[in-house]
Amino acid sequence: MLNKWTKGIAGAVGLASLALPLTSAAELSDDKVKIGVLSDMSGVYKSLEGPGAVIAAEMAIEDFGGTVLGKEIEIISADHQNKPDIGASTAREWIDAEDVDMITALDNSSVALAVQGLANDKKIITMNTGAGTTALTEEQCTPYGIHYVYDTHALPVGTATAIVQNGGKKWFFITADYAFGHSLTDNTSEVVKNLGGEVVGNVNAPLGTNDFSSYLIQAQSSGADVIGLSNAGQDTVNAIKQANQFRIVQSGQKLAGMLVFITDIQSMGLETAQGLQFTSAFVWNQDEEAEAWSRKFYDRHGAMPTMVHAGVYSAVTHYLEAVKAVESDDSDKVREKLGEMTLNDFFVKDGTIAPNGSMLHDMYLVEVKKPDESTEEWDLLKVVSTIPAEEAYITMEETKCALVN
Amino acid sequence: MSMTVVLSQALLGLNVGVFYAMLSLGLAVIFGLLNIINFAHGAMYMLGAFIALIGYSFIERWFGISMEIGFWPSLILAPLLVGALGILIERTMLQRLYKLDHIYGLLLTFGITLILQGLFANYFNVSGTPYPGQPESLSGVVNLGFMYFPTYRLFAIVFSLVVCFATWYFIEHTKLGSRLRAGVENPELTQAFGLNVPLMITLTFGFGCGLAGLAGVLAAPIYSVSPLMGADLIIVVFAVVVIGGMGSIMGAILSGLALGLVEGLTKVIYPPAASTVIFFLMVLVLLFRPAGLFGKEK
Repeated sequence: MLNKWTKGIAGAVGLASLALPLTSAAELSDDKVKIGVLSDMSGVYKSLEGPGAVIAAEMAIEDFGGTVLGKEIEIISADHQNKPDIGASTAREWIDAEDVDMITALDNSSVALAVQGLANDKKIITMNTGAGTTALTEEQCTPYGIHYVYDTHALPVGTATAIVQNGGKKWFFITADYAFGHSLTDNTSEVVKNLGGEVVGNVNAPLGTNDFSSYLIQAQSSGADVIGLSNAGQDTVNAIKQANQFRIVQSGQKLAGMLVFITDIQSMGLETAQGLQFTSAFVWNQDEEAEAWSRKFYDRHGAMPTMVHAGVYSAVTHYLEAVKAVESDDSDKVREKLGEMTLNDFFVKDGTIAPNGSMLHDMYLVEVKKPDESTEEWDLLKVVSTIPAEEAYITMEETKCALVN
Repeated sequence: MSMTVVLSQALLGLNVGVFYAMLSLGLAVIFGLLNIINFAHGAMYMLGAFIALIGYSFIERWFGISMEIGFWPSLILAPLLVGALGILIERTMLQRLYKLDHIYGLLLTFGITLILQGLFANYFNVSGTPYPGQPESLSGVVNLGFMYFPTYRLFAIVFSLVVCFATWYFIEHTKLGSRLRAGVENPELTQAFGLNVPLMITLTFGFGCGLAGLAGVLAAPIYSVSPLMGADLIIVVFAVVVIGGMGSIMGAILSGLALGLVEGLTKVIYPPAASTVIFFLMVLVLLFRPAGLFGKEK
């Protein structure tokens, strides 16, 4: 002990921080649990995740009681601006300097892959609620990465199957030109081909495209029955609005939004969007329990929750439950516990987290209501059918994740 | 490939082309008279769009005054404000650089562009804010036989063409225009005849910037308003000016329209090349006709 004093204050501080987890009864690093919400706070995905995700995480912490194992739960949030480098450097700072224990949100697949990779090196759990790419749980799966709400495999299974079975055999894709869009187009094409359909063309549009007109005209001239929109957020809204302006749907082609959020429908209006079918993990008024939570969320956010907002609440809650159960925020222990739990709340029924990180749960095929079916401002969607988890998600027999096979 | 597709993409190409034409026209006028390569032209275009957006959506939010400036008043107000800013820039900064090489003017205006972009990126989101003020009277759709075309886009095409050709007529066929051209040809001699050349230059710079502002207002309802909207366009517009011939008014207009069409038609033939075809043409023009298609060799 005496000779350690001689190493000076710096050494002592370092040792003290090393010694802390060993002396503390409940093992919490730096004596608190800190959750990072890293989202697009200003760009195309702002309204579907963004500031609403911070509110959902806050609500989860409040409902949990504000503390876990007698220690405070903190939130930190930032804007990744849809740039992988900014996302990764923010995450690095959070982990190294802020002692963040879990990072959630992470909409935008490129950002998500960068942050999940980094968090894996640092042994930090990521609970992705916003990004779509299946690479998160397939080729680039990690022991600490969890993919919570939806992925680009689950989305087309419901939507594309329903459309092909109703006669939409020939598809043309307008693809957001980055990891997510390509992943979605590939997965959807596979579903379409497996059902005997055909892909007649594809055009890549940059993220944040304002003018889809020439892409839409290309799609129109391709002779496709269905124009698949492999994009999200403001891009989807712009594409659907402009398809309306150029009378694409009225001329006989169907639009298929592969990833649509309730906020998109709200911003387009029922008149434009009615009849559109898509796959969702959650509808705010799907049952009484969901509605009760959603109305509380609405009071604070001024908009009803998207599936992603509800997913953030659910992910944070279950993370905290796991921390409580293992009396530690050690990532290995918490991840192991999460893998054993059956997840149940207003968002998920009997969900499980598979070894590749994919949270397996039922999805819903939904349809946008006609204006006269809607009873209030946000009453926009009705559930057409339930897609069981086994069909929606890649099974452990099929997965390419190196952790499994 | 059906005729319908070709016509549709050509019309959409023309839609883009009128914006090229309006912007390259302003650049050509400024280069012709001031010998300044105005890199801030894209920022002026962006500014025009933002003035329309702020007038419509932000006055109440920012200043607490219940007021909105609609599309039509913006169409006059924005070019005037942007023009005034241009005059301010010319009087306080650019004037000091005329005796130096072109590159100094280019660097200064590039700096101004970065400052303006940074300023707006601080307050507005980079991926764009939709402009909700498109007038009700232009919100419909016209059936052209080969395609349905939004009325507003049709209006933007016709309006821009009128502005372009009016500018050309003014400079080439009026007395004031001929004095401007005299000022370009030989500033000292023109000044000796008693014409106020520095004032003409200032007003011309203001006019060129105003044109960019006007294009910005016209673009706002079609494209979302974003701090980088000018930066995305200005490189293409420079290529258009090079192809048309530096300083040639008619060259700028015609090459702007033609290149919009070429871009549109490339989307029919080979879509991935659409974003680069203009630069390919620029290289060819520089190799075989360095003064541009309409420019005169000096």
